[in-house]
Amino acid sequence: MSKRLIARLDIKGPNLIKGIHLEGLRVIGDPAEHALKYYHEGIDELIYLDTVASLYGRNSLNDVIRRTASEVFIPITVGGGIRTVENAEELLRCGADKVAVNTAAVNRPTLLVELAEKFGSQSIVLSVEAKRVSAGRWMVYTEGGREPSGIDVIDWCIQSQERGVGEILLTSIDQEGTRRGFDVDLIKAVTSAVNIPVIASGGMGSLDHLDDLFLNGNADAVAMADILHYKRKTLVEIRDYTIGKGLPVRRIRSQ
Amino acid sequence: MRAETIGVIDYGAGNLFSVGRAIEYCGGSPLIISDPDDLAKVDRLVLPGVGAFGAGINHFLKKGFLPALQEFITRERPLLGICLGMQMLFSSSEEFGTHEGLNLIPGSVKKIDCGNQEFKIPCIGWYPLNRSLDAEAHQSFNTPLLKGVQIGDAVYFVHSYAANPTNSSNIVATTSYSSRSITAVVQRDNIYGCQFHPEKSGEIGLRIIKNFLEV
Repeated sequence: MSKRLIARLDIKGPNLIKGIHLEGLRVIGDPAEHALKYYHEGIDELIYLDTVASLYGRNSLNDVIRRTASEVFIPITVGGGIRTVENAEELLRCGADKVAVNTAAVNRPTLLVELAEKFGSQSIVLSVEAKRVSAGRWMVYTEGGREPSGIDVIDWCIQSQERGVGEILLTSIDQEGTRRGFDVDLIKAVTSAVNIPVIASGGMGSLDHLDDLFLNGNADAVAMADILHYKRKTLVEIRDYTIGKGLPVRRIRSQ
Repeated sequence: MRAETIGVIDYGAGNLFSVGRAIEYCGGSPLIISDPDDLAKVDRLVLPGVGAFGAGINHFLKKGFLPALQEFITRERPLLGICLGMQMLFSSSEEFGTHEGLNLIPGSVKKIDCGNQEFKIPCIGWYPLNRSLDAEAHQSFNTPLLKGVQIGDAVYFVHSYAANPTNSSNIVATTSYSSRSITAVVQRDNIYGCQFHPEKSGEIGLRIIKNFLEV
């Protein structure tokens, strides 16, 4: 199975932002400009997450998607505050290929069925924010990772697959922004439980963190933010590293 | 020089806008066609599509596109089917029951079976294009649609079903999942098909779309 290198861009209003663990959020710059840069550097896919996600003021997000879709010809996933089928339709019309849902699906799981039936499973990504509860157990958090739901992550992933989601974007709240590596136990627990692709997010510090993630955790893709936005590694370095490890990532001619 | 108008059929199976944007980027002028009569206005046509075969064919037929498409085919003008659009070009599919296709290229559409439990369906990701391994497919990779594309260039696939053309001479390029050969590009005269999404395959995909605007 081919492994994908994905850039995750968190958006607040018109800005690309990124949190650093225990330090808060920083504005990085213009989201569409960064997306275009990553596209030209060879990223496989993009994920935009709207961190404000309120009912109002979604115009800047729609604009970002439209701008990106007019000049970036790889799959684009958009999430953050999607509550209804109409919200999803609007984003798909602006140029998103897939929509990612978390809170609204936890509050009303039938939404996943409705989305999959209308747009097809390949367009629906379940976004899971997972926090460790005890050894081998994690809880689903909603509202951008702030609210405990009381729901077990593995159970939730299995049920959501049955409801028709096509992929899972799995973020470790414990590891996010720490640069200490992924929660590979979490990734492995989910990849073992479902048959759909799992995109791992949260914790990438150095290139060798990818070894454990792909070889042990069996992730199908990695969503990177910090390491790209803070320019700690280039995409060429990341891709060359994974190819060097014998991982089935896309090879790009003359880079 | 005015950009040529490229018809993009809207039969309710999604994802038109990406295809339209890519055509525009490549110098064409996309015309989203919801009225079958408008097929007579274009000399180059794209049949996009995502989702299930049965639903796709049913929508296509219900909107009355079949006679207009058949007329387009008699004019021998270029047609490009993408993903579900490519699968619909064939004779039949076994997705969620047996369905008849448009029968423009003989063959059937079957579920991908790699005989490998670890291989996830739908298959999502970038996979490299290769020749057809069949001796009969002497035209393999030798098509104007793939001008400038090299063996090994990767494109973006997302599908659970794959086409099995009856005549291997219709297979122009393949990819492979877990050593199982998968039909990636087909051609029969002026009818082309890509199982992958050229509008989502970066520079390689845009090259393919540009080639289609010129075949």
